[in-house]
Amino acid sequence: MATQQTASAGRALVSPSVILLFIWMIVPLVMTLYFSTLRYSLLDPDNVSFVGLQNYTSFLSDPDFIAALINTLVLVASVLIISVCGGILVALLMDQPVFGQNVLRLMVIAPFFVMPTVSALVWKNLLMNPDSGFFAWIARSLGFQPIVWFTNWPMLSVIIVVSWEWLPFASLILLTALQSLDEEQKEAASLDGAGPLSYFGYIVLPHIARAITVVILIETIFLLSVFAEIYVTTSGGPGVATTNIPFLVYKQALLNFDVGSASAGGIIAVILANIVAIFLMRIIGRNLEG
Amino acid sequence: MAIKKSTSERIGITVLAWVVAFVIFFPILWTFLTSFKSELDAIAMPPKFLFFNWTLENYADVQQRSNYLHYAFNSIVLSIGANLVGLLIAVPAAWSMAFAPGKRTKDLLMWMLSTKMMPAVGVLVPIYLLFKDLHLLDNLLGIGLVLLLLNLPLLIWMLYTYFKEIPNDILEAARMDGASLMNEIVYVLTPMAVPGIASTMLLAIILSWNEAFWTLNLTTSAAAPLTQFIASYSAPEGFFWAKLSAASTLAIAPILILGWFSQKQLVRGLTFGAVK
Repeated sequence: MATQQTASAGRALVSPSVILLFIWMIVPLVMTLYFSTLRYSLLDPDNVSFVGLQNYTSFLSDPDFIAALINTLVLVASVLIISVCGGILVALLMDQPVFGQNVLRLMVIAPFFVMPTVSALVWKNLLMNPDSGFFAWIARSLGFQPIVWFTNWPMLSVIIVVSWEWLPFASLILLTALQSLDEEQKEAASLDGAGPLSYFGYIVLPHIARAITVVILIETIFLLSVFAEIYVTTSGGPGVATTNIPFLVYKQALLNFDVGSASAGGIIAVILANIVAIFLMRIIGRNLEG
Repeated sequence: MAIKKSTSERIGITVLAWVVAFVIFFPILWTFLTSFKSELDAIAMPPKFLFFNWTLENYADVQQRSNYLHYAFNSIVLSIGANLVGLLIAVPAAWSMAFAPGKRTKDLLMWMLSTKMMPAVGVLVPIYLLFKDLHLLDNLLGIGLVLLLLNLPLLIWMLYTYFKEIPNDILEAARMDGASLMNEIVYVLTPMAVPGIASTMLLAIILSWNEAFWTLNLTTSAAAPLTQFIASYSAPEGFFWAKLSAASTLAIAPILILGWFSQKQLVRGLTFGAVK
């Protein structure tokens, strides 16, 4: 039978992807789990011993870890609030029939395509430098002292850069959702004499609620892993002011050569991400039914 | 909007929309302008907007000093090569899941998606150590493999949603005519799927081009792409803003143009079909 043949062929066609992804994710993850129970330093690679959960207790009780966890949450939450609220406003604006709408849309989406190392360095130097940066000029023209961004407000600076990268994403997704609002509903609302605010609250917001959820979940997954922006601007400093969990793990593994402790940190990061992932998967899974 | 607006309101909204878009776009525009300035003009206070001595010298410098072409070549090879190989693996998988779904197809798709949720940092240590032992650090093959695997779930998902939209009747007709599986894929499915495949590829290239966790951690120079090239400007000596801008412009221009073409696919791809 053709279907029988198709089914077995199907399995053969899917298996390379499955095997590759399995090797790529499950195997290293199991290795990370294993390493996380060892005392294992790359400086002393012959002296490896099993230490149980000691890496976790020392990682979790390390003040740097608490700081990194708080930094991670502050970074994720701030960027989410800025990019989602900003994204709704930008999307509403871009949905208006204004002159040059297509050009506007290209300008708004552009930052998303800029590689993270470029965004971070351009912001740090050309814009936020306290001597010759563009913001310093604005501050001086208005009669203020320029802000020494990355020294005095390191976390805020990182938040601003990362928000600039993600605002376009939120705007684009929400705009796409807005555009699927059908004309009849809009007309009905205007016939009923709905004001702009009640129109937004009762019609627009419920319509884009799902898209907002998707934006929040996807951004959270990416924002939990912010790395390059910190790597090229602050290197996690000053002190640990901008060290998030990915950066802390990187520091433990590749700068301090402490494989055991870095692995424990990695596992903690995986657990954090999975909490978010479960919700996202549920939404996308529901979509598959349809 | 259906709610009627007066002319003055319309003008107000237009102006506001342009101001907002300009502010968002400004850092890119400013980088572009700065790349044509001399280093002195680049740090001039007050800033020089358009009236400075336009020069192309930074572009020549960037090539001479830090060998831009080497990194650009790596970026091109990696982002196109990794995803072409990725397509070869993903197209058959997506095809069979879309047209010959089994009982577990949905679970399989969700599992593939779940691998994307795994934070890179959770597997950094073992991958780094394995690559060190296998001499894959700073190796095009090594980082290429990582980029391929990073995008594979996305490729399969996007292709799956595109293939799903191809009517099954056509394929059945081909089967009735006695087309073999191979012929079905090559002559019937592929031509109908080419637009979907192309936009999937476009998005995948953009993501690989900008990938900056693994490229920063697993490459140093020989196999390093443009992300690493730009990162080398984070520890500068002397005046370097104009050169940084030229380097940045060169690093983002090609992908910005591709990105503008692929806006629509971006939404579908990045939300795994949850928003279309």
